[in-house]
Amino acid sequence: MTTINMTVNGKAVSGDVPDQTLLSEFLRENLRLTGTHVGCDTSQCGACVVHINGKPVKSCSTLAASLDGADVKTIEGVSNGELHPMQQAFNDNHGLQCGFCTPGMIMTSIDMVERYKAAGKDLTSDAIRAELEGNICRCTGYHNIVKSIEDAAAKM
Amino acid sequence: MYPVKYHKATSIADAVAALSAGDDATILAGGQTLLATMKQHLADPSDLVDIRSIDGMAGVSAAGNVLTIGAATTHADVAGNADVQKLCPALAELASHIGDPAVRNMGTIGGSIANNDPAADYPAAMLALNATIVTNTREVAADDFFDGLFGTALDDGEIITAVKVTAPSKAAYAKFAQQASLFALVGVFVADGAGGVRVAVTGAGEDGVFRQSGMEAALASGWSEAALDGVAASEDGLMSDLHGSADYRAHLIGVMAKRAVAAA
Ligand SMILES: Cc1cc2nc3c(=O)[nH]c(=O)nc-3n(C[C@H](O)[C@H](O)[C@H](O)COP(=O)(O)OP(=O)(O)OC[C@H]3O[C@@H](n4cnc5c(N)ncnc54)[C@H](O)[C@@H]3O)c2cc1C
Ligand code: FES
Ligand code: FES
Repeated sequence: MTTINMTVNGKAVSGDVPDQTLLSEFLRENLRLTGTHVGCDTSQCGACVVHINGKPVKSCSTLAASLDGADVKTIEGVSNGELHPMQQAFNDNHGLQCGFCTPGMIMTSIDMVERYKAAGKDLTSDAIRAELEGNICRCTGYHNIVKSIEDAAAKM
Repeated sequence: MYPVKYHKATSIADAVAALSAGDDATILAGGQTLLATMKQHLADPSDLVDIRSIDGMAGVSAAGNVLTIGAATTHADVAGNADVQKLCPALAELASHIGDPAVRNMGTIGGSIANNDPAADYPAAMLALNATIVTNTREVAADDFFDGLFGTALDDGEIITAVKVTAPSKAAYAKFAQQASLFALVGVFVADGAGGVRVAVTGAGEDGVFRQSGMEAALASGWSEAALDGVAASEDGLMSDLHGSADYRAHLIGVMAKRAVAAA
């Protein structure tokens, strides 16, 4: 067992967990933050993406024990009273159907837009598609997801 | 996953001690390969020794035209590093196309090289750039490091601490990605540098990454796509699987080599 202390969505949290506990398990089972989804558990689908110290990672492929002191943000932490522009854009553009992939899509997309803006690079629809390589959606066919991200990028 | 004991190593000595104390202790870096292997019960280490917090393990430094890249440097940090972009842009470009953004934020160069997946990208760069693999006990030339499928010259408990790359005068990597896994179906790294003209191929060989000597000779006598016209890659020793037959991979080696030469 390891005692871990981290900040999740701005709040200090701690827990005693077996060393093999994945971050996705710690979030969902210990903290009951079930917005982070587990689609594949094999690092392929991206439904489990959260931000660790500001960077998107797959929480199903990260040990909670390795993250003592980390700052974690999950889908539950992105809205602040009102929906984040990325959430609103997915809503407005029909960027989801069943919604299973959506938390990971949103976490990946927020970072994508922020990174391109910081670098002064143009986020073309081709670039969006390439950036989404690690996020799989079985419903939408991606068109409306790309549209949502373009829409949010114009507003963020 | 089976139960495992996690250690965060604070120094090389601490890591070495934890690795020899455990029954079957294994180094953990980004975990992007190892944790998946453990979930499938293909690996069942007693202990994981996390080397990422050891001072000096992550980060890039440049001295003259030599880059030293710490083993725990993530793919994203190699891709975004100004010294790598300046001295060896082909390596930054390669790192920027490994897997997806989330994998690049966790996966490390040391983990990729130690794992020596036959379809991984970095091994081809290391061979073509005549890189030196630095461990806690010695320095090994890339030519002597990679040893068959998932095999390397590393001894039990030996820790890669860095890789050293001398800036080439020309280099480029062309990858034909397998669309589902994002790994190379065939990747070819060409370089004209400290080790002469080199062509290294990943994704194709039954024994993992290899140098294509016919193409090296052709490019040494004239660096152009046309120089490769007469050099057919043989399908002997190439992999055949559901993603592509050996003759298809042989064909792709020619195509990717030309694209890399044109881009260099
Ligand atoms: C979805 C997905 C897509 C991917 N696509 C690609 C791709 O396109 N191209 C590509 O090349 N790779 C790809 N990868 C693999 C990725 O690059 C891994 O990060 C890498 O292979 C392993 O690095 P790691 O730091 O995660 O190592 P770990 O998973 O932590 O370790 C891997 C192995 O290396 C050993 N090890 C780690 N560090 C050291 C060290 N310093 N010294 C000695 N031994 C060490 C470990 O003990 C273990 O056996 C992909 C992975 C995923 C999940
Ligand atoms: S659940 Fe983590 S990538 Fe699919
Ligand atoms: S909306 Fe159903 S998986 Fe993407």
